[in-house]
Amino acid sequence: MLRFENVGMRYGMGPEVLRDLNFTLEPGSFHFLTGASGAGKTTLLKLMYLAHRPSRGLVHVFGRDISVTPRADLPPLRRRIGVVYQDFRLIEHLTAVENVALPLRFAGADRDETEAHVRELLTWVGLADHLDARPSTLSGGQQQRVAIARAVINRPSLLLADEPTGNVDDDIAVRLMYLFEQLNRMGTTVLIASHNEALIGRFPYPILRLEDGELQVVGSRRGAAE
Amino acid sequence: MWGRTRTDLPFDQDQSTRFLPWIVALMVLLAALAAAAALIVQRAADTWDNGLSGRMTVQIPAEDSDVAAAQSAAILTMLRATPGVISAEPLAAAAVAALLEPWLGDAAGDTDLPVPLLIDVELTPGARLDSTTLATRLSEVASGVAIDDHRVWLSGLIDLARIVELAALLVVVLIGFSAVATVIFATRSGFAVHYDIIELLHFMGARDSYVAAQFQGQAMRQGLRGGLLGAITAAALLALIGFFARDIQAAFIPPLNLDPRQWGILAIVPISAVVIAMGTARLTVLRALARMP
Repeated sequence: MLRFENVGMRYGMGPEVLRDLNFTLEPGSFHFLTGASGAGKTTLLKLMYLAHRPSRGLVHVFGRDISVTPRADLPPLRRRIGVVYQDFRLIEHLTAVENVALPLRFAGADRDETEAHVRELLTWVGLADHLDARPSTLSGGQQQRVAIARAVINRPSLLLADEPTGNVDDDIAVRLMYLFEQLNRMGTTVLIASHNEALIGRFPYPILRLEDGELQVVGSRRGAAE
Repeated sequence: MWGRTRTDLPFDQDQSTRFLPWIVALMVLLAALAAAAALIVQRAADTWDNGLSGRMTVQIPAEDSDVAAAQSAAILTMLRATPGVISAEPLAAAAVAALLEPWLGDAAGDTDLPVPLLIDVELTPGARLDSTTLATRLSEVASGVAIDDHRVWLSGLIDLARIVELAALLVVVLIGFSAVATVIFATRSGFAVHYDIIELLHFMGARDSYVAAQFQGQAMRQGLRGGLLGAITAAALLALIGFFARDIQAAFIPPLNLDPRQWGILAIVPISAVVIAMGTARLTVLRALARMP
């Protein structure tokens, strides 16, 4: 699914913000990514959703070495990766339905068929009454669910979420985590970046911990407690 | 229905490209007027070239009318036998008097006036008759005979017309380059304004062609709006000029109204503006996107 080998990343001529990363995300796995602010979580996620190529080392995504994959071959790979951004990045002038439908449009899906699918998914995440609402009229939690629906609408193989519970209260955060678990059970590989240690501790999944640009893979917090 | 009427990029909120239809309208207006000028001058030059250059006039001095008549008959025979001459006909005295009337008034009809005999010669189209050699030959029959070959002075006028035509076409081309530069600037500006959304679409898996198509569509809408406005204004102006110029009877001034073929050629101007806007926007965006990972 996703494999990093001796990956290093620097911006321009600056210092390396990620060093010697070695890990694998197996298909169907569920991981947390944690670390202090500035540890490099967002940069690591950008490498995963192909917003950057590594400065050194090998990044394999869906069996392709990203360093040598032609640029024209990247869009289909990106369409297999769903991303929930920390700030949602919903398009303000589009409705909830239109935002969620974007990945399907990129894939050239038939509009009439997909609209029903989009409405069904938004209803599933509890937004049946806000299908045609603009993002600015929705609460933070509602926007988050639109962002999640957009990330999963075309059933991605890999789902990356950057602080998906950062803007919601604990109850909604737990419900969102259950939503991610459901998606994981349907076969999607999930990686959640969060520094909500309490929340992470409630789930039995392995943790990738970033410290000063270096990565440690540790067992689940709950597993350790047990 | 989602996506049918709205683009992914909020172009209607984009202040930086709102001026584009007005600039396109102005460019289409100027280009259409320059192209119309080129077409009118071209038609005039063609008319002069095909009409007057196919004729020449032979003058026989009328010192003695009997001698002149005899010389005229001999010269007519010689002319009609000359290769490249379709016809050679003497101008009737009344026709000559009519030509002189603007300068001499009623006295033009005075038979005592030493008016030269004139022979109107029609030449085969494209025939290049050497008037100097012909004059030498005719002088053997009648001394003092002169040939007025319109081509001599007409060629200068036609050359001038061709230069004016080329200059007008150059203006059209320069306006085209200006249009390209304006669309590049507007597209780059729009790209910068909407960069966050473009980046999002890119990372979600949108192909470059998908993003470029959004700008291309916007350029088409703006180009159509501007092109239509410019074309209507240009058509109104040209129709007005044609209307006021319809009664001008001055010699050699070409008709200033356009024929259907010329209107058809002018219709290419706004269509070209739209095509240029679309193509330029697409290429500009594709080049900008190529810098993204």
